[in-house]
Amino acid sequence: MALPQRRTDIGPPHFKDYLPPVIQKNYGDWAYHEILSGGVMVHVANSGDKIWTVRVASPRLLSTTTLREMSDIAEKYCGGYLRFTTRNNIELLVSDEKQLQPLLDELKAKKILIGGLGDSLHGYHITNIVHTQGWIHCHSACTDASGLVKAIMDDLSEYFNEKTTPGKVRLAVACCTNMCGAVHCSDIAIVAIHRKVPRIEHESIKNMCEVPSTIACCPTGAISPDPAKKSIKINNDKCMYCGNCYSVCPALPISDPENDGVAIVAGGKVGSLRAHPKFSKLVIPYIPNNPPRWPEVTTAVRKILEAYIAGAKKHERVGEWIERIGWEKFFGITGFPFTFQHIDDFTIARETFRTSAAFKW
Amino acid sequence: MPKKYDTPLLDELEKGAFPSFVTEIKKAAKLTEMANDELGVLEKCYRERKTHWKHGGIVGVRGYGGGVIGRYSDVPEEFPAVAHFHTVRINSISGYFYKSSDLRTICDIWDKYGSGLTNMHGSTGDLVLLGTTTDKLEPIFAEFSSRGWDLGGSGSALRTPSCCVGAARCEWSNIDTMGITYAITQEFQDEMHRPAFPYKFKFKTAGCACDCIASIARADCSIIGTWKGNIAVDQAQVKWYESKGMNVTTEVVDMCPTNCMTYDGKALKIDDANCSRCMNCIAKMGKALKATGEKGATILIGSKAPFVVGATLSWVIVPFIKMEPPYTEFFDLIRKMWEWWDEHGKNRERIGELIIRRGMREFLEYIGLDPVPQMVKEPRRDPFWFWTEEDLTK
Repeated sequence: MALPQRRTDIGPPHFKDYLPPVIQKNYGDWAYHEILSGGVMVHVANSGDKIWTVRVASPRLLSTTTLREMSDIAEKYCGGYLRFTTRNNIELLVSDEKQLQPLLDELKAKKILIGGLGDSLHGYHITNIVHTQGWIHCHSACTDASGLVKAIMDDLSEYFNEKTTPGKVRLAVACCTNMCGAVHCSDIAIVAIHRKVPRIEHESIKNMCEVPSTIACCPTGAISPDPAKKSIKINNDKCMYCGNCYSVCPALPISDPENDGVAIVAGGKVGSLRAHPKFSKLVIPYIPNNPPRWPEVTTAVRKILEAYIAGAKKHERVGEWIERIGWEKFFGITGFPFTFQHIDDFTIARETFRTSAAFKW
Repeated sequence: MPKKYDTPLLDELEKGAFPSFVTEIKKAAKLTEMANDELGVLEKCYRERKTHWKHGGIVGVRGYGGGVIGRYSDVPEEFPAVAHFHTVRINSISGYFYKSSDLRTICDIWDKYGSGLTNMHGSTGDLVLLGTTTDKLEPIFAEFSSRGWDLGGSGSALRTPSCCVGAARCEWSNIDTMGITYAITQEFQDEMHRPAFPYKFKFKTAGCACDCIASIARADCSIIGTWKGNIAVDQAQVKWYESKGMNVTTEVVDMCPTNCMTYDGKALKIDDANCSRCMNCIAKMGKALKATGEKGATILIGSKAPFVVGATLSWVIVPFIKMEPPYTEFFDLIRKMWEWWDEHGKNRERIGELIIRRGMREFLEYIGLDPVPQMVKEPRRDPFWFWTEEDLTK
C-alpha cells in the first residue's frame, strides 16, 4: 500500500486541540486547586468551572497495549482526555464530577496505583522516579534504570498514596554519569558509575574514532596521542572513569560487570522555594550491581528517607534538613561511612572544604 | 507471538505494588518479535550485569540530521529481531496532553512498524518509540508527518523544548508555558532537524519558581515565570488555612527566606519590596495569596549534567522579560547567543561551558546586555579583573 505524503518541519500538533473543553475555556484563568486525596486533585477556575485530575503510576516504559487500555479508561470517564506528567505519571482529566468515583472504582478494581500528589495541608507523597534507559536500550548504561526504579518504588509504594513525608521528596535514577535524568538536583538519587579505566582497542581506534576529538573530550586531560600505534594513550592516574571518551569513541569500552555499580547522592532540589536550588551530594560512593532487585540500594534509600522523616521540619526538603543539621550530623545519624571519595577533588573542590571552626561532633 | 525465553530474573520484577516495565515488555512481546527479543536480551543483561547495546550509527529520515537514535545489539545472532533497534523521537505535545483517539493512532502505527514499546516520555520530553529497523524509518515518518506529527531533536541540535503544565491547569503560572514552548519549537524547526550547533541546546519553560520541569537544572536556556507586582493577601483565606490546621507563623512566615512576612494572628502582611518571589508562601496557601501586577519571565542560561566541567545550574541573564507573542525580543536574543556560541564553541561544548571559559563580559557584550547585580550571587572576591581601552578612557 502506498505511503501517505510526508511533510517536513511542521513541528508538533498544536496543544489546543488536545485540551479538555473546560481547560480550553479557562486557560490561564484558574483560581486555586485542592488535593482531595493522595492521587486526586481539583482545579477551580475563576469562572467556577472545575476539573478533577486522577494521577496514576506508570513505569514510563509502556506497551501499546497499556496505552490502549488507558485510552479505553479515558474514553469511558474523561471524554478521551489524559496527560502525562514531567515525572512520567499518567493523569486522567475528569470534567464531569459524576464520573470521578466510577473512575476511581475502576482503577482500584484494575489494581492501578493511584497517588503521587501532595501539598501543605494534605502532606507530601513520593511520586514517580525520573529515570533513564539503562540496559533496556543504552550503550553506556552501567546499571539498569527501570529495574532500580521498580525495586525502589515497590519498597516505597506506601509513600505513593498512604504515608506522607515532611516535604516533597523527588527521586531520580541515572544509568551513567551522563545523567539523562535530573540526578544532580534530586532529593535522593542513584547514579551508576564505572570504577576502572577504559580498555583501548588500538586496532579499532584507527577505523572508528577521531583521535583529536577523543583527546579533547576528556575532562581531566588523561588522554594523549600514541602516534606509533595511530591510537591514544590513557594516563590511568588521571582517569576518573566518567566514560565520556567511550561516548565519543566506541573503541574505548569501559563497562565492567565486576566493578560497575551505583552511587547514592542526596540533598538536591530544583525549586527556588525557601532555599535556592541545590545540587545533590555524595552519600554512598559505591554499591555493586545486584539485580534483579538491588536490595542494598533499596535499604540505603529507605534509611536516608526514614532519617529525613524523623528529623525534618514540616515542608523542609532533604537538602534543607541536612544543611540545617550539618552533613557531619547526617553521616552520624545514618551511619554511612565517610570516605576519601566523599571529599571533592574535581573542579569546585575548594568551595566544599569547611572554612570555619564551627561544626558538630 | 509465542513466548521465546525464560526470564527468571526479570520475572522477579513483575512482583510488587508499582507497575512493572517487565509486564509492559511481555505485553508487547505478545504482538511483536522485537519485544520478544528485547525481553531475551534484557534477561541476558541482568544475568551478566552489563549492557548489550552498541553505539548508534547514523540513521535517519531524508532531509533530517536527527530525530532517530541508531541502536544495535552486540549479540545480534542470539537475538536477531533486535539486531537493529533504533529509537524514534516524536516531538510531544506541549504539556503532554493527549486525546485517546490520537494515542490509538500512534499505537496502530507503532505496532505496524516497530516493537510496540514506548517511553511516555523520554528525559528530554519526546514521545519515544523504542525499537525499529532502518527500512521502517521513512514509512514511520510518512505515517506520522502526514497526520501532523514531526520528529524531535537529537545530536548537536536544538532538542525538543518542553515545559510544565503552566496556564493550562495551574493558577501559579505567570506565563503561557505551553504557548511559549510551541512557539519556540515552530520558530526553530531548522535548528532542531539539521544539527549545526557545537553541541545540544535545550529550552525548558516553567510557569513559576517551583520549576516542575526542572528547567534550572536541565536546560541551556531556562525560562522561569515571575512577576513584578505585589502578592495579594486574602485574609479570610489565611484564616481558612489556619482552621485546616496550618500554623501560619511556623509554616509560612518563619520559612520565608527574606523575612518579609509578619502575622499577628489577625492579618498576614508582606513587605513586597523585599520579597524575592521564591513561591514558598504561595505554594503553601494558594487560596490566600496571589501574585499580581506585570507578569513575565526570568531567562537563565547554562545548566547541564556533569560532562565535562561538572554539573551546572542555570544563572540569570535577563532578570525580567515579557514573554508574549510574537516573542520577537526573546528570539532575537537567542539568535545572538547562538551566533556567539557558533563562533567560539568547541565541539561538544555547551553554551554555559563556553560562558565559563570566555567570561560573562564577552557574552553579555555580544548579546547586548548591561551587567546588573541580579546576575550574580555576589561580586567577585579576587582582584584580577580586566580593563579594556574603552573602560580606561571613560
